[in-house]
Amino acid sequence: MKPNQILNKKELAPSIKLFDIYAPDIAKKCLPGNFIIFRLHEYGERIPLTINDWDRQKGTIRIIVQEIGRATKELGNMNIGDVILNLMGPLGKSSEIDRFGKVVCIGGGVGTAVIYPIAKALKEKGNEIIGIIGAKTKELVILEDEMRKISSKCYITTDDGSYGKKGFVTDALNEIISSQKIDRVIAIGPIMMMKKISEITKLHSIPTIVSLNPIMIDGTGMCGGCRVRIGNQTKFACVDGPEFDAHKVDFDELLHRNNRFAEEEKDSCKLLNQGGKDE
Amino acid sequence: MNKRPVKERIKDFEEVALGFSKEEAIAEAKRCLQCKKPLCINGCPVQINIPKFIKEIAESKFSDAIKTLKETNSLPGICGRVCPQESQCEMFCILGKKGKPIDIGTLERFASDWEIQSQKSKVKSQKLETQKPIKMAVVGSGPAGLTCAGELAKMGYEVTIFESLHKPGGVLRYGIPEFRMPRDVLDREIQYVKDLGVQIRCDVLIGRTYTVDELFEQGYKAIFIGSGAGYPQFLNIEGENANGVYSANEFLTRANLMKAHDKNYHTPIKIGKRVGVIGGGNVAMDAARVALRLGAEEVYLIYRRTEKEMPAREEEKENAKEEGIQFKILTQPIKIKTDVQGWVKELECLQMELGEPDESGRRRPVPIEGSNFSIPLDTIVIAIGQTPNPLIPSYTPNLKTEKKGTIVIDENGATSIEGVFAGGDIVTGAATVIEAMGAGRKAAKAMDEYVRNKVKR
Repeated sequence: MKPNQILNKKELAPSIKLFDIYAPDIAKKCLPGNFIIFRLHEYGERIPLTINDWDRQKGTIRIIVQEIGRATKELGNMNIGDVILNLMGPLGKSSEIDRFGKVVCIGGGVGTAVIYPIAKALKEKGNEIIGIIGAKTKELVILEDEMRKISSKCYITTDDGSYGKKGFVTDALNEIISSQKIDRVIAIGPIMMMKKISEITKLHSIPTIVSLNPIMIDGTGMCGGCRVRIGNQTKFACVDGPEFDAHKVDFDELLHRNNRFAEEEKDSCKLLNQGGKDE
Repeated sequence: MNKRPVKERIKDFEEVALGFSKEEAIAEAKRCLQCKKPLCINGCPVQINIPKFIKEIAESKFSDAIKTLKETNSLPGICGRVCPQESQCEMFCILGKKGKPIDIGTLERFASDWEIQSQKSKVKSQKLETQKPIKMAVVGSGPAGLTCAGELAKMGYEVTIFESLHKPGGVLRYGIPEFRMPRDVLDREIQYVKDLGVQIRCDVLIGRTYTVDELFEQGYKAIFIGSGAGYPQFLNIEGENANGVYSANEFLTRANLMKAHDKNYHTPIKIGKRVGVIGGGNVAMDAARVALRLGAEEVYLIYRRTEKEMPAREEEKENAKEEGIQFKILTQPIKIKTDVQGWVKELECLQMELGEPDESGRRRPVPIEGSNFSIPLDTIVIAIGQTPNPLIPSYTPNLKTEKKGTIVIDENGATSIEGVFAGGDIVTGAATVIEAMGAGRKAAKAMDEYVRNKVKR
């Protein structure tokens, strides 16, 4: 086995793929909430991805990636046996794992891959987990079995009603809150979803944590590209986060900032589809 | 100094300064008085035997000259280009008292370039016979780390450098643009350090991938931390997180490390027609000149004092002005205004005037009340300085730091943890390449001594 070699690949849903990568140094160290940065080839971007799971004995880490931009599409095209050129981590502060009581863990889309290791660790610590998985449609629901295993109850919502309840994760959350006392909410998914959830839990004064995914380069606090506004302060998601108190996050600013290179990304993906300049 | 014509050079990232031809180098070298008590050496943080290498150039013994340089300096091609010679070696040159000092920097560069071009005398690794299979760790592959590693390797140690980015060089790679330091020069000098026997491991973030304690567990006998001052500072004004506002680090990293200016590379960089760079140091000059080469139509350098107080080298200010960078002095940014999509629209500023001198001896800029005005801008780069990166100290209990985040060392470079040494910007705060190299060299000596004493005990 070579360092950074892909040992296992599985398609979880259209354009969502799971990879087990041989990275013993990272596997030995990583904790829930940590992420890695990868670069696939000489021309590639540096992209952060949260670690979904790990096997310290085998020395592997698991990442789940949705093919959105050029680099994630290129990663999606890689196969078992391939080696990722650069892989660095673990990065970021790990999740706060403590005894909170009853914790609602919400995963929207591929965010479910990020919430899972946190929910699992919270469960092991003795918390009761209520899971909510949200997706656009049935085939995009991921990690359902895993989430069910650790949740006392697991809600599923789909935008089109093709699976679970028709609606959004916020509907499920409102239902849960109306019938019982919740000690903590952790929500990871699209920025808009996290914003909406934060608004609801703020009304009910439930401590809420979100994991942010701003654009990054180095991941060590050097470039400041991932800066986010938390309360009145600017923080770097790579070293101060990626998890923050949802009620203090300026989600609108993050929405804007994540669009900084939207045009360039589109052009780059077009090039990839045309089989343009590529390694 | 020969330079490429402005019109041509602002269109690409090729080197601006052209260096000496053989004839020019020999002529310049012959001007050297070969002082009995050369003062220039005292001005050099790595104590290069300057008169000796100049004499060798004067006598056309170029391979001897490069050997002399490399005795104390593993990175002459870099130093010849980015050292502030005017405030170091050249400042002490006797010839400078009445006329022009010897152009030591360009001569150093000449010797290094000659070596690259002539291909032959790769001054091969001077591995000593007394190979000690003793492992030393160096954290960070910037100027301090490369120098420390090179010196330790010359002493016969087995040295590994740990670098968090995917390519070595630190600020030389991500910070300094190619038109000031071509990447083949950097690659070549790093190769030289590798040829001395140094192993470089990229993608390893000390503090996270391995802690300092774990490095000791892995058998490293002493550790040098040269992780630099790469933590960007912001102004803390309204609108600073708007789209189109970059820290100089992000802007330069996209261009230099990720090569965003080259269409073949996927990392994007967005540049507007009107760019404002805030700051007056070398980094600000670099960012402004990069912006110009990326296609900006107008580039302003916005600085709150006057040109005289700018910390940038004269040479860099001159290069920037020649290329058409417009200096807006006595201008203090107070607010960044945006459009509804969150993109930069304009920068609101205050006009300043110089008041009484402050602690630094420079006249303090004082705002003129009611002088508010706005500069329409599409892109803003904030280049007001960097502080030490707090990552390693924050993951290394017992490593003593100052309030500003710099690591505390004694006169030998030793930190509060036994066997751990530090040097460069992580100790001094943002400074020069050559000062970091000087610190790396000094620490290498102290590490050698430390390990020897330990073995004796």
